[in-house]
Amino acid sequence: MATADIHIKESAPHGDHHEEHEHHTNFWTHYIFTTDHKMIAKQFLLTGIFWAILGGAMSVIFRLQLGFPDANLEWIRPLLGDWITEQGKIDPEFYLALVTMHGTIMVFFVLTAGLSGTFSNFLIPLQIGARDMASGFMNMLSYWFFFISSVIMFTSLFIETGPASGGWVIYPPLSALPQAVNGSGLGMTLWLTAMALFIVSTLLGGINYITTVINMRTQGMSFSKLPLTIWAFFLTAIIGLLSFPVLFAAALLLIFDRSFGTSFYLSDIYIGGEALPNQGGSPILFQHLFWFLGHPEVYIVLLPALGITSEVIATNSRKPIFGYKAMVGSMLFIAILSFVVWAHHMFVTGMNPFLGSVFMLLTLIIAVPSAVKVFNYLTTLWKGNIRFTSAMMFSIGLVSFFISGGLTGIFLGNSAIDIQLHDTYFVVAHFHLVMGSASFFGMMAGIYHWFPKFYGRMMDDKLGNVHFWMTFIGVYMVFFPMHYIGIAGYPRRYYSFTNFDTLNSFADLNSFVSIAAILTLGAQGIFLFNFFYSMYRGRKATANPWKSNTLEWTTPINPGHGNWPGEIPTVYRWPYDYSKPGAKDDFIPQTVPFSATPESNLPHENELIRLEKEDDDVIRVDDKES
Amino acid sequence: MFTAVVIIGILLILVILVILFRIGNLVGIVRGKDQSDIGKTNKVNAWMMMAFMIVMFGLFFWYSFVYFDDYTLPIASEHGVETDFMFWLTMAVTGFIFILTNVLLFYFSWKYQFSKENKAKFYPDNTKLEVIWTIVPAIVLAGLVFTGLRTWNDITDEASEDAEVVEIMGYQFGWGLRYPGVKDNELGDYDYRLIDASNQWGMDLTDENSYDDFTPTEMHIPVGKEVLFKIRAKDVLHSVFAPHFRLKMDAVPGMPTHFKFTATKTTRQMQEELGDPDFEYFITCTEICGRGHFSMKIRVVVDEPADYEEWKASQTTWLKLYPEYLERVPEEKRELAIIKAGLEEDQLQEMEASL
Ligand code: HEM
Ligand SMILES: [Cu+2]
Ligand SMILES: [Cu+2]
Repeated sequence: MATADIHIKESAPHGDHHEEHEHHTNFWTHYIFTTDHKMIAKQFLLTGIFWAILGGAMSVIFRLQLGFPDANLEWIRPLLGDWITEQGKIDPEFYLALVTMHGTIMVFFVLTAGLSGTFSNFLIPLQIGARDMASGFMNMLSYWFFFISSVIMFTSLFIETGPASGGWVIYPPLSALPQAVNGSGLGMTLWLTAMALFIVSTLLGGINYITTVINMRTQGMSFSKLPLTIWAFFLTAIIGLLSFPVLFAAALLLIFDRSFGTSFYLSDIYIGGEALPNQGGSPILFQHLFWFLGHPEVYIVLLPALGITSEVIATNSRKPIFGYKAMVGSMLFIAILSFVVWAHHMFVTGMNPFLGSVFMLLTLIIAVPSAVKVFNYLTTLWKGNIRFTSAMMFSIGLVSFFISGGLTGIFLGNSAIDIQLHDTYFVVAHFHLVMGSASFFGMMAGIYHWFPKFYGRMMDDKLGNVHFWMTFIGVYMVFFPMHYIGIAGYPRRYYSFTNFDTLNSFADLNSFVSIAAILTLGAQGIFLFNFFYSMYRGRKATANPWKSNTLEWTTPINPGHGNWPGEIPTVYRWPYDYSKPGAKDDFIPQTVPFSATPESNLPHENELIRLEKEDDDVIRVDDKES
Repeated sequence: MFTAVVIIGILLILVILVILFRIGNLVGIVRGKDQSDIGKTNKVNAWMMMAFMIVMFGLFFWYSFVYFDDYTLPIASEHGVETDFMFWLTMAVTGFIFILTNVLLFYFSWKYQFSKENKAKFYPDNTKLEVIWTIVPAIVLAGLVFTGLRTWNDITDEASEDAEVVEIMGYQFGWGLRYPGVKDNELGDYDYRLIDASNQWGMDLTDENSYDDFTPTEMHIPVGKEVLFKIRAKDVLHSVFAPHFRLKMDAVPGMPTHFKFTATKTTRQMQEELGDPDFEYFITCTEICGRGHFSMKIRVVVDEPADYEEWKASQTTWLKLYPEYLERVPEEKRELAIIKAGLEEDQLQEMEASL
């Protein structure tokens, strides 16, 4: 977490209301118990990177098992101990535990906390023109709840009975009964505890993001002038606020069933030689509650990535994002619809088929705003002047994944087709592309793009390019073949396919996928090197390295706590005035008033000049009052 | 083998990393590391985009066509024909969009790569375009939804009265099968509290329908006749998946589910068609259920109706296999039970002796 180059300019004058802030910091208040949104963002980022390495390493281990089922894995015994069986194989239960933890880690710890936690925290105040979050203290709590949650989840990897192993969706009764699988003992208790704390963290963060966006925008920053990143973070926080409590409730009832003998999810079970007394519960109830969060969750993971991409693509195409209003509208529509499609994960659970029909209809409707977003990205690229920065390439990669993975959603959302595809590798391919890889690429784009603002230095672009190409090719090589394996009917969460005589023709393809996965993960080493090396040794950044319009680039290169040494700038225009006809540069930052750019103003903008004057007067009055 | 692959992979990456980085740095220093050094690499990346697209589409078409028979499963049920039609219809529609949008994405990236002379076109919106590409996908999707709904409704419709009933019960880790028997053709009641080591099904012996039920270890079903799976679970969730029949339904403890279908090809026909004398239909599990999840496979044999009836008639009833459960049969029904279960004289004598 050492960021040697960041020193707060304590002498910097502070223009207004925040002068009471304590700026004499020591190590503890600066790096650890910090209330500075930028430092908290870095805490989230580094913790997220830690989890990503772990989650990725897990996928390598189970890919080894799937790709080389006959191999002797004795050599990882030093790492895994008794999880390697006498025969030098991975224990089947450990395989399930790995899959479960991999899913949990990737979805929640990396792509929710690591992505939203990092970029919402970092960018919201910087891009709306605020000195910090509405509540710096709650923000700090948000990180520390996440941290404790992480510690607990991490601990669960080392206990004797192993971590939770019922899949990341932890369906009861499997997750409720330690008799059913070892991971449902202490491992599941820790999983539930960690997730409960995680939810608290997400809610604290989310409340902060929402209040900050609503209340703390700088002068002139109306909602219609917000960068799409902020719209995305804002809507994501709202989705999270409405859906995570439902997971909390689901988890709580599961805790009751596990520990206090209730029967919310349990009924008619005979296991381990005895009939359990529980009656009248419904495992399906849990699934409804879980997916009421679970589906919105995929948008919680994806929307921030889409927001980041919108910003990066516009900046590097040197063009306004095409259809700003449509982009906001489609995100809003997606956010709303994401709450009414959850049961598409449950078409074949025995749920009433009529419900299935309804959810199928709603699910396919959600494809429309998604399509609109893709077309808008494409039109933004059209006739642009594209600079392939690493961030830009990751954004283009995201769009490609969003297309490829989104289209397979149209198969899965169709209940008739889903009968065959449900819980096969087709699903694994689908969600890894559209949610896993797309969001991961969004996160990468964000890191490359805002690294100069994070650390005041640039990441190496050549290494970034190599990282991009290896990852982009690798991801397609890993996940595209899984479609075929899925169409052939291979079920997911299978330890081995060796006892299928009819379904046994994919040994080669599975090995290929595993090798591709290992190489892809290896390529992330390039990123890690680049990231940590550039933190200390990277080329010094200029104030606005990407020639971007948004507010964060008007701060000092290494902004201190409070972000702007002087007054917070006023905003006059939307963030996408790139390549405006008549303008002398190909970008006009949001802080440039229309009165200063008569040569490029559109007719209706000239009329705004008068309003600008009035606004400026208002500010002056405000200042005198305070 | 793969250990070598891993090590080579890692080494390769490290070497690439170091070399590239050194070169990059040196070049940067020589050039005076200017920000605006958008030139060579930008062009390379733009061309890479094109190359990537062409190679990837090449691989995609090559594998999809050449290995078609490997990754598609033959269909063996009536509704499977419909769902596969839906699948390929959706494939056609989405395939078209997949190619179109990806081509545009990479083509635009290449075509509009940075050049000093160019200026990007300021083009913030166009309502007409937006409306078009909202409405067109909406119409196409509506088409898919309605065809899908029709298929779905057919599949989930009530089974006919005279469908052949087979009960499948998922447990850790296998499937229990129960047939309604040839005498009454009705499944007996069950209760999970009656389950014990021999009575896996929790059969209720006060119900006379259970006396002739039989519980084979492999499934037989008739071709061309509707079959109704009655599905339940003993311990945790499981899911019945019969890939060739395009059939999947969860097994839920406490909530019986069902799935009806009609097989269209006998095992023998399928073996001939595929030229594979070892071909077998099977059911496997697709809901994570613990350690042995991957091993829950059971054989399914599709017979000609006559062979099927013969097979059914040759099965031994459960009660005959476990005559000691006669005790649980209420006094007044014992006679009936003995007849329906087909218990034999010597078995009865043995029983009496032990009582
Ligand atoms: C190199 C990267 C990755 C590889 C090779 C990989 C591979 C896999 C594979 C093969 C499975 C299925 C295992 C099975 O069903 O037996 C799986 C499951 C899963 N992965 Fe990944 N994955 C990667 C990255 C990610 C990312 C970035 C995400 C973030 C969304 C993710 C989320 C999941 C989830 C949610 C599951 C399902 C877990 C479950 O079944 O409970 N993965 N992964
Ligand atoms: Cu969903
Ligand atoms: Cu299973």
